[in-house]
Amino acid sequence: MVAVEMQHITKHFGHVLANHDVDFHVSEGEIHALVGENGAGKSTLMHILYGLYQPDSGSIAIREHSVSIPSPSQAIGLGIGMVHQHFMLIPPLTVLENIILGNEPVTGVGILDLAHAEEQIKTLLERYHVDVDLHARIETLSVGIQQRVEILKLLYRNANILILDEPTPVLTPQETDALFETLHGLQAQGKTIILITHKLHEVMAISNSVTVMRRGKVIATCPTTQTSHTELSRQMVGHELALLPPLSGEPSHEPGLVLEGISALNDRHLPALRDVSLSIAKGEILGIAAVEGNGQSELVEVITGIRKPTEGRIIIDGINASSADQMPPISHIPEDRQKRGLVLDFTLKENLLLGRQHENAFHGMLLFHDRSVEKFAETTLRTFDVRPPDSRRRCRNLSGGNQQKVVIGREMTKDSHLIVAAHPTRGLDIGAIDFVHRTLLKERSRGKSILLVSSDLDELMTLSDRIEVMFGGRIVLTRKTRETTLRELGQYMTGTASS
Amino acid sequence: MLVGPLIALLLSVVAGGIFILSIGQNPIEVYTRFIGDSLGNAYGIGQILFKATPLMFTGLAAAICFKANLFNIGAEGQMTIGAFLTGLVGSYFQGLPGWILLPASLVAGMAGGAAWGIIPGYLKARFGAHEVINTIMMNFIAMGVVSYFITNIVGVPATVHTPEISPSTTLARLESFFPVFHGSPVNLSFFIAVVICLGAYIFLTRTPRGYEIRALGLNAPAAEYARIPIRKNIIITFALAGACAGLGGMNFILGYKHYFELGFSEGSGFIGIAVALLARNNPIGIIVTSLFFGMLEYGSLTINTIVPKELSNILQAIVILLMITLTKVLGGWIERKRSPEPTNA
Amino acid sequence: MLNSLLTVAFLSQCLRISVPYAFPALGATFSERGGVVNIALEGILLISAFAATVGTYFTGSPLFGVVCGIAAGGLTAFLHGLITITLKADQIVSGIGINLLAVGLTKFCCQLIFNSSSNSDRIAGIDQWSFFGSIPILDNPFVILIFILAIVMQFVLFKTRFGLRLRSVGEFPAAAESLGVNISRMRHAGVVISGVMTGIGGAWLAFNQHSFTDGMSAGRGFIALAAMIIGKWNPLGALAACLLFGIAESLSIQLQSTSQYIQFIQLIPYVVTMIVLAGFIGRAVPPAADGIPYEKDAA
Repeated sequence: MVAVEMQHITKHFGHVLANHDVDFHVSEGEIHALVGENGAGKSTLMHILYGLYQPDSGSIAIREHSVSIPSPSQAIGLGIGMVHQHFMLIPPLTVLENIILGNEPVTGVGILDLAHAEEQIKTLLERYHVDVDLHARIETLSVGIQQRVEILKLLYRNANILILDEPTPVLTPQETDALFETLHGLQAQGKTIILITHKLHEVMAISNSVTVMRRGKVIATCPTTQTSHTELSRQMVGHELALLPPLSGEPSHEPGLVLEGISALNDRHLPALRDVSLSIAKGEILGIAAVEGNGQSELVEVITGIRKPTEGRIIIDGINASSADQMPPISHIPEDRQKRGLVLDFTLKENLLLGRQHENAFHGMLLFHDRSVEKFAETTLRTFDVRPPDSRRRCRNLSGGNQQKVVIGREMTKDSHLIVAAHPTRGLDIGAIDFVHRTLLKERSRGKSILLVSSDLDELMTLSDRIEVMFGGRIVLTRKTRETTLRELGQYMTGTASS
Repeated sequence: MLVGPLIALLLSVVAGGIFILSIGQNPIEVYTRFIGDSLGNAYGIGQILFKATPLMFTGLAAAICFKANLFNIGAEGQMTIGAFLTGLVGSYFQGLPGWILLPASLVAGMAGGAAWGIIPGYLKARFGAHEVINTIMMNFIAMGVVSYFITNIVGVPATVHTPEISPSTTLARLESFFPVFHGSPVNLSFFIAVVICLGAYIFLTRTPRGYEIRALGLNAPAAEYARIPIRKNIIITFALAGACAGLGGMNFILGYKHYFELGFSEGSGFIGIAVALLARNNPIGIIVTSLFFGMLEYGSLTINTIVPKELSNILQAIVILLMITLTKVLGGWIERKRSPEPTNA
Repeated sequence: MLNSLLTVAFLSQCLRISVPYAFPALGATFSERGGVVNIALEGILLISAFAATVGTYFTGSPLFGVVCGIAAGGLTAFLHGLITITLKADQIVSGIGINLLAVGLTKFCCQLIFNSSSNSDRIAGIDQWSFFGSIPILDNPFVILIFILAIVMQFVLFKTRFGLRLRSVGEFPAAAESLGVNISRMRHAGVVISGVMTGIGGAWLAFNQHSFTDGMSAGRGFIALAAMIIGKWNPLGALAACLLFGIAESLSIQLQSTSQYIQFIQLIPYVVTMIVLAGFIGRAVPPAADGIPYEKDAA
């Protein structure tokens, strides 16, 4: 029985063709991986299946009945459920409230019947061996548990077809194992699972069939046993990607950045960093591995001067930088380029000035020097391959990869010796990711100190000379990259390592 | 870019027509008289320029804050305080020559307006307190404070105005240069206002501080990332805006009645918001839109015998509502025509 | 003077004065819980006061006046909702625009109907409505109503399906939509409720004074928003804050009669509002999506 059959699906967003005559089918009871790099069209396709978008043309059949899905309500009614990449959970509400929202059991005039709901959900918890405190507020729960709540939402609505959109980037290796165990359990109960991912080793590990998409089209569909990691990679990208050169040369012994005993509070005035000390040599890349919420964001903010530490010293290039006035220039690639790194409604030229608006080269006594700014903009946009290299274009109209290149162009041309890169390849397609990696390696060979924070452990292992793990606001592990493993990193990231 | 404002204007004219019809009058007749009496003679044009002058100042007061994504509803109070101080300084120092006293009165006005703006600005910067509610509260407080001083201390007895200012600090009316404007109170303040608008434009677009304010208004987290001091800029923005509003009284006090009078502003603090929005917060555009609203103000007086003059207030409000909806609707339409990037395709 | 404070008359006055703050404040909680900032409450107070005046004037029935007030309030709020929810324009400027519209419209119509742009003719009040006869505090149905409504609204917000959905839409609309909740409908409901509540308050203003006066809302709509913030967006909390404002204003009225600083004393409510807002903001967190129009593809 074919659980899901989508035929000739086409979807435009303005001029962008997100899905182009896509045929996609999933057999009942299988775990089907939908694979492709960022921007390939996989999420769009599944959003159409879940009723959040409407296709321009094409048809959908569920369990061999032709259907129309104009909104998520219909999808839910058909037994389709979706766990989104960015969790759709409401932080100040409880687990129970989040699960029943939209399908609330009520008495009489619309009064919530919470007791009944609790009973129902407890049954689910038992059947699927999941353990969650129903009255906890979402904002107090870890990412791994929040994901379980998302899955519970689907099961509460008797979903038989579960779509999971990139479920693993936010999980440690151990949490990923736990998730896969849950998925196998669901499969055993007859559920059909569609897994959107770009992590090929996961595809090989857990899926029964796989569909590859690239640039809005389906490239191939086949049983997982009949394909391989390299084959899928080639289909995803369309060509062989040259491997990154291995790290060449050793870092110097000169320290570029030193942190001594740094402690800091987060936005809620709770301790985020506890007595953190580290040092990065010139010509070295130090990778920081951590599960979201363990202090790595605050670490970046303290080093770049956005957040004041409560204790400790920061020494950059030999200068004590603990007071904001004395901050030497630092190159900072922020973790959310649209929120922090760019002003989307500014032109590219104006964005290249962000954080650099006071540099003497750019202005005279009172006003900006239009000519010097323009020249800088033209040169930088060309050097860093921003497309289109039009300095008057509004940043909003550029693709994610090009926007990141604007940020990188601005930051790498600063007169700085320290680079702080936070999740620099998030949301980028493979070409842009490669560009970022090569840029970081180039800066390393030019003797810069680089702090790399990333949730992609593969990226960290490839680029870093050394890796440190943060947990609970402390550094709990320091290793040379070649002397550690993904498994070991995962254990320390979740605090489950035996010391 | 101009499509929104033009459509808004068109629709408000239509709305006005509907109101006129609803009270049994002929819109064509009313509009003809409206345009004829206001634009058809030099006196009318003079009146329009006169009424436009304070609107340029209050328009800037609103627009400068809008650029920083701050809502300054307090231009009315800022203008009142600034104008009051201008009148006081002008009348107190009778002996001083004009080249000292005139700048002094203007500085007093700017300082008063700036101070009145800094208070809610500081509360916002330091405590995150809602500047909308606070600036509105400051309006009421300004009225009360000034009213007290006029009634009990500095006012001319049995009136609600301050003593007359020194002749050395008056601003000449245009009719002394161009006799054709005879009878209308338009004066040199008009040109000062235009110059200030130009200065505001240059400040916002071509200076580092102006850049910081705009960045802050468009994306505060990015401004934080760029080490732009947020609190300091909020306060500076409110100070500049308040200073502009504080100058709004010069038209009436230095160029017309030669004293400060309670209620002189007739709500121009609030009309300034409409002026700013219609000009899409562009200081050069504000010169144009203030002329439009000045015409609306004066024109409604010319037809007052047929249609209540409050029609102009209604149309001002309609322009505000139309502008925000049109910019949104048209903006969305334009975005859909270009190629938007869905964040995860 | 202290003796006069603790009299029943004083308490009664406090309650009465709280009424025109309480209705908009209670309404505002529902609007903002759904994610729509409603600065237009000031204008809605004015419009509904005028509507109630006109309705009572032409029919002689205060009950009809209240109905007119409620209808005017609901309709004006619906306009705000159309602009900010359906057309997704800026909520704050829409509120300011509606306030200005209210001022202009009421003066315009007042001029047309009563030949004065500042004052209407006298209308009957609600003096003959006492339910509980001579018991001083309870003789006013509006006072009783604000307490009942606060309790009911608190219950609805936290214990009913409507309340849960309203809160979800104000915190994280994308999440609510992904579960099939209609964001637009919920938000419109919240806004219209705020208009209806405020409409009752406006009618009260008109009846209390027995006429309509230009600008008679005097900033109460804004102070009501401050009360909502202090009350942490809970109906019961908002009511408590309004009672505090009522006490403050009553005190200032008592002071006025013995002082020459009348103008300053009249400013007490406004100054108090600013001080309290500054002190409270750090501890009061609005619904996360408050003030942000919901755009589908921005997720």
